[in-house]
Amino acid sequence: MTAMLSITNLHATVGDKPILKGLTLDVPAGEVHAIMGPNGAGKSTLGYVLTGRPGYEVTGGSATLDGQDLFALAPDERSAKGMFLSFQYPLEIPGVPALTFIRTALNAQRKARGEDEIAAPAFLKMAREKAAALKIDFEMLKRGLNVGFSGGEKKRMEIFQMAMLEPRFLILDETDSGLDIDALRIVSDGVNAMRSAERAMLVITHYQRLLDYIKPDRVHVLSGGKIVASGGPELAHQLEAEGYDKYVQVAA
Amino acid sequence: MVPMTLASAIATGDLAQLPSRRDEDWRWTDLRGLIRALPPASPQGRAWLWENPLSGQLDMTVGTVNGRGHTDLDVAAGDERFVGWRFMSATPGTSNQAELWVDVAAGAKLTLIESYEGRGAGYLTDVAVNIKIADGGSMERIIFAEDDAEGISVSTADVTLAPGASFAQTILTSGARRQRIETRVTHPGQGASVRLDGVYLLRDQRHADLTTVVTHGGLEGTTTQLTKGVVRDQARGVFQGRIVVERGADQTDARMGHHALILSDRAEVDAKPELLIFADDVQCAHGNTIGALDESAIFYARQRGMPQAVARAMLTEAFVGEVVDRIEHEGARDVARAWVSAQLGTAT
Ligand SMILES: Nc1ncnc2c1ncn2[C@@H]1O[C@H](COP(=O)(O)OP(=O)(O)OP(=O)(O)O)[C@@H](O)[C@H]1O
Ligand SMILES: [Mg+2]
Repeated sequence: MTAMLSITNLHATVGDKPILKGLTLDVPAGEVHAIMGPNGAGKSTLGYVLTGRPGYEVTGGSATLDGQDLFALAPDERSAKGMFLSFQYPLEIPGVPALTFIRTALNAQRKARGEDEIAAPAFLKMAREKAAALKIDFEMLKRGLNVGFSGGEKKRMEIFQMAMLEPRFLILDETDSGLDIDALRIVSDGVNAMRSAERAMLVITHYQRLLDYIKPDRVHVLSGGKIVASGGPELAHQLEAEGYDKYVQVAA
Repeated sequence: MVPMTLASAIATGDLAQLPSRRDEDWRWTDLRGLIRALPPASPQGRAWLWENPLSGQLDMTVGTVNGRGHTDLDVAAGDERFVGWRFMSATPGTSNQAELWVDVAAGAKLTLIESYEGRGAGYLTDVAVNIKIADGGSMERIIFAEDDAEGISVSTADVTLAPGASFAQTILTSGARRQRIETRVTHPGQGASVRLDGVYLLRDQRHADLTTVVTHGGLEGTTTQLTKGVVRDQARGVFQGRIVVERGADQTDARMGHHALILSDRAEVDAKPELLIFADDVQCAHGNTIGALDESAIFYARQRGMPQAVARAMLTEAFVGEVVDRIEHEGARDVARAWVSAQLGTAT
């Protein structure tokens, strides 16, 4: 049986520059895989390519979610199928309160799946519960999404959106960067609460510390646009101690 | 020289009285080149009953159908009024004029909902509004301009404030074949304050011109302006904002912003913000941007599940929402918000 997310020999360019150069990776349902790698290796690019960001062009290879070709779908269709990307740099949306943004997104997804819209009271109840769990002040959800928020608050808001939208495949792009020690634990608890046999995750990070909280099943090294090494959780410790030197050479 | 105006052309039947693109202030809203013949005067109209979301709240509604002479709206000292005034053009292929004189006495407060309603195609209409606000008086004027696609419409307001008076205005327009809404304010400073805002949402081949002139003649006056526009198809938006700070009008604080979204290659926006400063120690600034929706924000919204059209509509509504939020009267603000949603097709 194919994995939940299956990427084979993926090539992609950004502004005509080849970034992904034959990346192959399988993430079975129920598993958490970590991706580590040097700056500029193509980690964020992988997240954008999988979610369909304009300007990121697939030039070869394939990616499937539950056996279905992701590249045949629009970004919002992928989202309705359960793809979620927690952005490395979340955007500010002035004039759209976080609650309005999330309710619009949730109802759009439900509509795409042929489900009924969520009723306003049920939505608010859910929002209050999830905000409390992530220690987000409910008043913040009434302000323009991410406008004027600190880097850490924006990351927390990404996880809040994820908790509300209940996606099936989660890509966390450096969700730990910018978080203080308490926030790291709160956010990790939020992510761990979503672990289940029907879900899978790709956790992109530079720091082994996150993986103490979100324990990965596999760790991969992405360098020069490819996966150049894979292993168990111990690989993260080894990278922390030794750096990427030997992998950068492999990629070159 | 008597300025050339649509009103004088209608009154005299002389096409040469129409402003043309050779007049600097009319270069983007040429009437002379557009109007080949002056249509006959509109027949006398009759007002009809009107229901809208504010009907229950308004103290009084006046309908001016197919124009008429001078009418007065006086608010006595200390009174507070909430009034609707509808200017309707109801007979196709005719021309009409109306005049409204508003007098807000000392300490009085007026909220005026003014609407321009095209109920027939191909009319010509000119509305002149004269507003005087006495010391401590305040007025909020909210204009809903819903002209016909084939209508030609000019509205000109002259606003004179006493020291200590305040005037706030929000124009919401969907344009016309050619439309100009002009506001001229004589600002005495000395505790008087002015807000002049506008929203233009234009489709097809519609045109809207929002022109403002604020002349600061006294010390310590404040003016704040925010106009936002969204143009698509082959529509054209015009913003001309002039702030004059005369000699001696020191410590004036004037801020003007105009921001437009162009959503099609064939749409156009012409903007001319002007600050003419002859005084010392003033704080004056203007910002002017014309652009498209932020593609990365659209992707962010789509990643969360919104189809392209939903994402674009949400971001467009938010862009305009900043202006609507500045409307002080709560009921009027709700109606303005609904009007924007209806125009953008985001009403649920
Ligand atoms: N629009 C663009 N045009 C050209 N090159 C780009 C563009 N966007 C990104 N790149 C390049 O693509 C490469 C991969 O970038 P990416 O953001 O995927 O790296 P990353 O692995 O996420 O790095 P980091 O750890 O710093 O987040 C970088 O060399 C970057 O400069
Ligand atoms: Mg990155």
